[in-house]
Amino acid sequence: MRLLVLAIVATLGLALVSLFIGVSNVSIGTLLSGSQEGRAMQVMLVSRIPRTLAILLAGSSLAIAGLVMQIIVRNRFVEPSTAGTTEAASLGFLVVTLFAPAWPLFGKMMVAALFALAGTALFLRILRFVPLRDVLLVPLVGIMLGGVIGAITSFFAYRFNLLPSLLAWSMGDFSGVLRGRYELLWFGLAATVLAYIAADRFTVAGMGQDFTTNLGLNYKRVMTLGLIIVSIVSAVVLVSVGSIPFLGLIVPNVVSLMIGDNMRQTVPWVAVLGAAFVLACDIIGRLIRFPYEVPISVVVGVIGSGLFLYLLLRKRHNAA
Amino acid sequence: MIVAEGVSKSYGGTLVVDNVSITLPQKGITSIIGPNGAGKSTMLSIVSRLLGMDSGAVTVDGMDVTKTPSDVLAKRLSILRQDNHMSARLTVHDLVSFGRYPYSKGRLTIEDKDHIERALDYLNLTELSGRFLDELSGGQRQRAFVAMVLCQDTDYVLLDEPLNNLDMKHAMSMMKLMQKACRELGKTVVLVLHDINFASWYSDYIIAMRDGKVRRHGTTSQIITPEALKDIYDMDINVHEIGGHRVSLFYD
Repeated sequence: MRLLVLAIVATLGLALVSLFIGVSNVSIGTLLSGSQEGRAMQVMLVSRIPRTLAILLAGSSLAIAGLVMQIIVRNRFVEPSTAGTTEAASLGFLVVTLFAPAWPLFGKMMVAALFALAGTALFLRILRFVPLRDVLLVPLVGIMLGGVIGAITSFFAYRFNLLPSLLAWSMGDFSGVLRGRYELLWFGLAATVLAYIAADRFTVAGMGQDFTTNLGLNYKRVMTLGLIIVSIVSAVVLVSVGSIPFLGLIVPNVVSLMIGDNMRQTVPWVAVLGAAFVLACDIIGRLIRFPYEVPISVVVGVIGSGLFLYLLLRKRHNAA
Repeated sequence: MIVAEGVSKSYGGTLVVDNVSITLPQKGITSIIGPNGAGKSTMLSIVSRLLGMDSGAVTVDGMDVTKTPSDVLAKRLSILRQDNHMSARLTVHDLVSFGRYPYSKGRLTIEDKDHIERALDYLNLTELSGRFLDELSGGQRQRAFVAMVLCQDTDYVLLDEPLNNLDMKHAMSMMKLMQKACRELGKTVVLVLHDINFASWYSDYIIAMRDGKVRRHGTTSQIITPEALKDIYDMDINVHEIGGHRVSLFYD
């Protein structure tokens, strides 16, 4: 418990640091003096604070989505980007952009979420026909499904000259976050809170259908709730900042190694570490060739794939 | 009382449970035995509402298992299946406390905590209570799951092949524990067993299934006889009486 408080404080510290990194000269001094007609304050309110909030919200909710996904599938190596969910959301976003370009972002997000839901449900359906002896087969199936959906999306994006937009969604990037363009991410926080409220149910469901039924819980209902959480988070993050790979994989696995899988305890940890991880990666991405930025998905991808490989190899030793 | 009436279930055209009607006696240990594919586990799953049936009805204390709310049944009947190849890393204590979920929905009262401590103590798990399940041996893990089921504090405890993966010592102590739970706590325990000697030694009542039907049922002395066993297993089995218990020798 004390450790968790410490982690929260450290994350908030990082957030504070993140507020003062950027090309415009924003420091406590310029903020207080109000020089250049309060330009520093304006940058802070319009760009820096929204960006930092977006990072915290996206990081925590994506990590939670990964955690919930792992419970639904009962496999440690899945997350929205290895289960076809992100790709399906992306397809949904493309479809709505083509057919209803005038819709508000919220409406587009909902369509993306519906596609994400359908894509994940399809993934679960396919898994029923796959012998699940090998834990690594499951994410492979998911990545293949994601590849197929991604190919369909690329085809239509190419046909309708939307490839650049598609590329923007698939490459998570916080540099475009401004006030008024990230607020949907608060739905991610709602999803996190929902996951915490239903934590016991998810823990029970993680032990399997028979186990869950024995305790008088409706397994299908828990699964549906989980699917909704995962789809909403994937869609919201995709339309707001673009997809961020590996996050949902690494953070829950690290937390599981640390304190186990009782969700009542892991949800706060996963949320905090998810936020901290993205924040740290974003700061690195902004500093590494200042004043230019490396997109967050690149930084997370590089660090994340390294960590993922480590987890995989470690698991291989312990399995059997 | 658990009553099954005309229960049938088929998988892809094969009748696995074929029009079974049976009343399970109250209190004590009832074992379900029979060859592979006799429908024992399927029957147990149907009785405990884990599996739907194609026709027939099962009632537990007069409550239809398919219509009674699941959380109401969870306070009357608990079921432990063998497929707990779980992936979740829970501590023994956390696992056992989920046995209280039907009562507390996650908010443990003092009474719940009392139940948890007692269940841990009953299975000698107090010292292991902080350990993660994946750090335990197969026998210890099995005990942890049984502790959870006991913590659920139901009149009926159904266990599907609880002796799988247990060595002789642990298998014996598991059966003794079930006996103790029946005597001290007044439970009705229903087990699917493969080892007929364990069934013979510890059960009060035996139900023998074959080809999806209840072939025979009765007290141990009625079922553990050469003719009855021949009828159930299609093999010649010698039955000897040792210290008031019947032991079957089927090695050829």
